[in-house]
Amino acid sequence: MQKQRPKHLDLGKIRLPVPGIVSILHRVSGVALFFSLPLLMYLFAGTLSSAQDFDTFRAIIAYPLMKLVLIGFLWAYLHHFCAGIRFLFLDVHKGLELETARATAKLVLIVSLVLTAILGFLLW
Amino acid sequence: MVNRNVVGAHYGLRDWIMQRVTAVVMLAYTVALVVLLLAMPSDFDSWKALFSQTWVRLFTQITLLALFLHVWVGIRDVWMDYIKPTGLRLSLHVFTIVWLTGCFIYSVKVVWGLQ
Repeated sequence: MQKQRPKHLDLGKIRLPVPGIVSILHRVSGVALFFSLPLLMYLFAGTLSSAQDFDTFRAIIAYPLMKLVLIGFLWAYLHHFCAGIRFLFLDVHKGLELETARATAKLVLIVSLVLTAILGFLLW
Repeated sequence: MVNRNVVGAHYGLRDWIMQRVTAVVMLAYTVALVVLLLAMPSDFDSWKALFSQTWVRLFTQITLLALFLHVWVGIRDVWMDYIKPTGLRLSLHVFTIVWLTGCFIYSVKVVWGLQ
């Protein structure tokens, strides 16, 4: 006889815990950075170019949409960076306790967002 | 008698370690770059002078190589986790290799200022 057991496979009903959110965002930000590589290297080349090319480069990054995209990548980098440090500590069995793991996960989310806001504001 | 047939290409642990080691290299580079940027005047000439030094270029290039190896393991894991049809997954692996090889060659041009 088939018992009626609750199946918690409904993604709308599963509440992902904070460490899970950090983990999936680590992956999302990693994939975003993968696709950003040519653009970021092109812009890096622009910063090291001659005076005329440098003006072209400045014109490209002056577009508000481009600035928003770059701030998005800035967040992706900072989140991936902070979450990565956390994962390295977890790899050597530091901070595995549930309370600590939740606290550091929140810290990663907050620090990367705050740093993005500050740097984004300064660089706009 | 336990007769375990261990299968696989045994690249799992090697790649796992490589992803961590390359992460530490990028961590060191990020910290070093932030310290250098804070210590120098923030203008175009200082920025160009920084990246005209051979050791900075070398450190940058090594970090970018670490980055591409790190990205290879990470993106390959993403394809392996979510893409079930073998043909599509293989195509995405090939796309990733081509993309990263292109990025690496371009990075050499950029870092060493080749025309």
